Amino acid sequence: MSLLEIEGLDLDIHGAPILRGVSMSVAPGQIVGVIGESGSGKSMTAFAVLQLLPEGAMCRGRVELNGHDMLGLPEPSLCRLRGNEVGMVFQEPMTALNPIKTIGEQVAETILIHEDVSKRAAMARAREALDRCELPGDRFPMSRYPHELSGGQRQRVVIAMAIALRPKLLIADEPTTALDVTTQAEILRLIRRLVEEDSMGCMLITHDLAVVADMADEIVIMRRGEVVEAGPTAQVFAEMNHPYTRALFEASGHQPVREAQTQSVPLLQVRDAVRDYALPRNRLFAPQDYFRAVNRVSLTIERGESLGLVGESGCGKSTLTRAILGLEELQGGEILLDGAPVFSGHQPNRAVRRRMQVVFQDPYGSFNPRWKVARLVAEPFHLMDARPADWRDQVAKVLEDVGIGADAMHRYIHEFSGGQRQRIAIARALILRPELVVLDEAVSALDVSIRAQILDLLAALQKDYGLSYLFISHDLSVVRNITDRVLVMRAGEIVEQGKTAAVFDNPQNWYTKKLIEAAPVLPDHGVAGGGAE
Amino acid sequence: MLRYALKRLVSLAISLVVASVVIFAMVEVVPGDPAAYMLGINATEETLNALRDQLGLNGTLLERYAGWVGGMLRGDFGTSYTYRTPVAEMIGERLWISLPLALFALTLSTAIAFPAGIWAASKRGSLVDTSVMGVTQLGVAIPNFWFAMLMVLVFAINLRWFNAGGFAGWDAGILPAMKSLTLPAIALALPQASILARVMRSSLLDTLGEDFIRTARAKGLSKRQALWRHALRNALIPVLTIIGLQFSFLMAGAIIIENVFFLPGLGRLVFQSISARDLIVVESVVMLLVFAVVMVNFAVDLAYAVVDPRLRVRA
Repeated sequence: MSLLEIEGLDLDIHGAPILRGVSMSVAPGQIVGVIGESGSGKSMTAFAVLQLLPEGAMCRGRVELNGHDMLGLPEPSLCRLRGNEVGMVFQEPMTALNPIKTIGEQVAETILIHEDVSKRAAMARAREALDRCELPGDRFPMSRYPHELSGGQRQRVVIAMAIALRPKLLIADEPTTALDVTTQAEILRLIRRLVEEDSMGCMLITHDLAVVADMADEIVIMRRGEVVEAGPTAQVFAEMNHPYTRALFEASGHQPVREAQTQSVPLLQVRDAVRDYALPRNRLFAPQDYFRAVNRVSLTIERGESLGLVGESGCGKSTLTRAILGLEELQGGEILLDGAPVFSGHQPNRAVRRRMQVVFQDPYGSFNPRWKVARLVAEPFHLMDARPADWRDQVAKVLEDVGIGADAMHRYIHEFSGGQRQRIAIARALILRPELVVLDEAVSALDVSIRAQILDLLAALQKDYGLSYLFISHDLSVVRNITDRVLVMRAGEIVEQGKTAAVFDNPQNWYTKKLIEAAPVLPDHGVAGGGAE
Repeated sequence: MLRYALKRLVSLAISLVVASVVIFAMVEVVPGDPAAYMLGINATEETLNALRDQLGLNGTLLERYAGWVGGMLRGDFGTSYTYRTPVAEMIGERLWISLPLALFALTLSTAIAFPAGIWAASKRGSLVDTSVMGVTQLGVAIPNFWFAMLMVLVFAINLRWFNAGGFAGWDAGILPAMKSLTLPAIALALPQASILARVMRSSLLDTLGEDFIRTARAKGLSKRQALWRHALRNALIPVLTIIGLQFSFLMAGAIIIENVFFLPGLGRLVFQSISARDLIVVESVVMLLVFAVVMVNFAVDLAYAVVDPRLRVRA
């Protein structure tokens, strides 16, 4: 018998249809991967199981968890089930924990809420749960606060909270999306181990096909609130009956058509770059200590080249990017664009700055919401001495080039979707016709199908505008598909570099090997892969 | 935590020194000679000089500053130019009205604001929420002296429950003294409570929208439990800030209310001293108020650290 049975689930929120006829089931000890892009309703399905829906939500259909009719139960009974029979892990470990309570208290709370035990006994069991989640007591005492832990460690605390009472079902909503690849691999391994040990059922929600391909016994593919395809993982990957499944699969491993157009002329040269940050002083007259975020890094980007820079959070890639863009001064070494220094004196060199532009990760946070698109896109003109008379025509042209259309000029940014905003960000980067565009995790926040379109756009623009790209990402598969050469950065240093294909096929450095091994891979099209191990 | 407190203490000391210099300098540049003011236009240069000597107005700037600060540290605030009584005594008397009044008003406003804010936030969009928001809107908009006059009319003149003004004195016993502070305290507290309730509500609503509240609910906590155990303490930081500001305001800003109720508090003292050019009183009272404000901020800083463990480290 199934542990979780969802049948014909409809969900409306304030009358807007969110889910339509969703059916799926999870058996004990089984991992079911729920895959979809944003707005597909995958998270809402999870919240419908827990009945933790936003106000104005109306459910119809049947959700049965271990014999309980979740849609019919009153709130107090639901509270008794949540945390006890079903545990949940969320996407954002940085914000999922209460910042002012210790990790011990927070894990013990799950136990105290549901069982009539002493605080002491609850703490002992919390300790056990943390141990099971590989947070040993000597390094992670219960008195730690969340801010003293890294993202991966916090996610382990959230998992410990979810499994403290050994629930029958674990719902993990994008549990690794916010984490680095190596941390992702560890968290996924942990979840798999816990599922096996406790014979839990697990509903693993993700947008990343490659993650479930390795993990899930069954997968359910959702789109616009409906299930479009479901079945055993190997079978779904082999058959791909629904066109959307195929589109999703193709978009996930999308390789834009691009021809190498590297000329052997160096455009950007970074020589022995050093970036130190002053650390806070511990004592009043203590000598100033520094943290070296970038340690003697050298690199060259040639004209027309796409260079990838990969590394995990904290490796120094963002710091290096800021230095290249002239946003921060170096403490040693130099950065030259076409022979001219990015920083002259202690001032960024405007003549150089206007020849390179940047596109950031977050298409929501990187625009002033009170400006119209025309003004947003025209903003880089302040790097010129005067705004050209035909600036409106130039804005219109570049908006056409990125596939948005000139009529967008008179609209505000909130009227656009994430993918469209990223196109506008690219337009803003291109308005000065730069030679180098820095793409700082520029496609990381996008859904796979949108990401594929943006990658195609970038490839096309590179040709039309004669651009060089510095492509910074933690996502190895994307870097592999769009760059000519790749640099691997770790702890402020470049540990490996070379032609992209060569580095990925035959990594030399142990760290590069570890990164590549940790990255989940899609099975080849049409070939059965993944499944339970 | 200890280091955090020490750091705060150092910054407190620096604020006090800077404030004393600024106050001293301001009083110095204000035109008008207290000696001339006290002796009238017919005084001779000799008598003026003698009085200036007596008042300690003749030394160099540095000497006078040192004398003033040194005196304050010993509890000697000098002698009032107009009343010829020690300033410390005058301030002491008035402090016994202003400080209890401020604490009374603050207690009232907190006692009203917390439940109102929490209630409104927990029932967002309900009739309760709308009413709390409406009433507090009025409370913010209506000036407190108008409240004060209205209360005098109703409770003192019509119902005769309270006296219309004046202070019974602490010698008369705690209850009569508190009774004469009740209407002024309410008048001071209502606008403050309105602001505080709104801050409490919005801060709590922000916190209730945080991810960790969802996590708490997924653990099995009811909405109410999640609010009390997880949201409330997290929502306190902005509320504490406002309470600190309000206390500072209550200490110094009660002038109008003190006037409406004929209360001989610090506010009226400053007002009278400024009109009488009694600069030494002004100097001392302002310095005392600065001291109170700085101490309150110190207490608020410590309260932040108690509430939020992240601050203990960051400092």
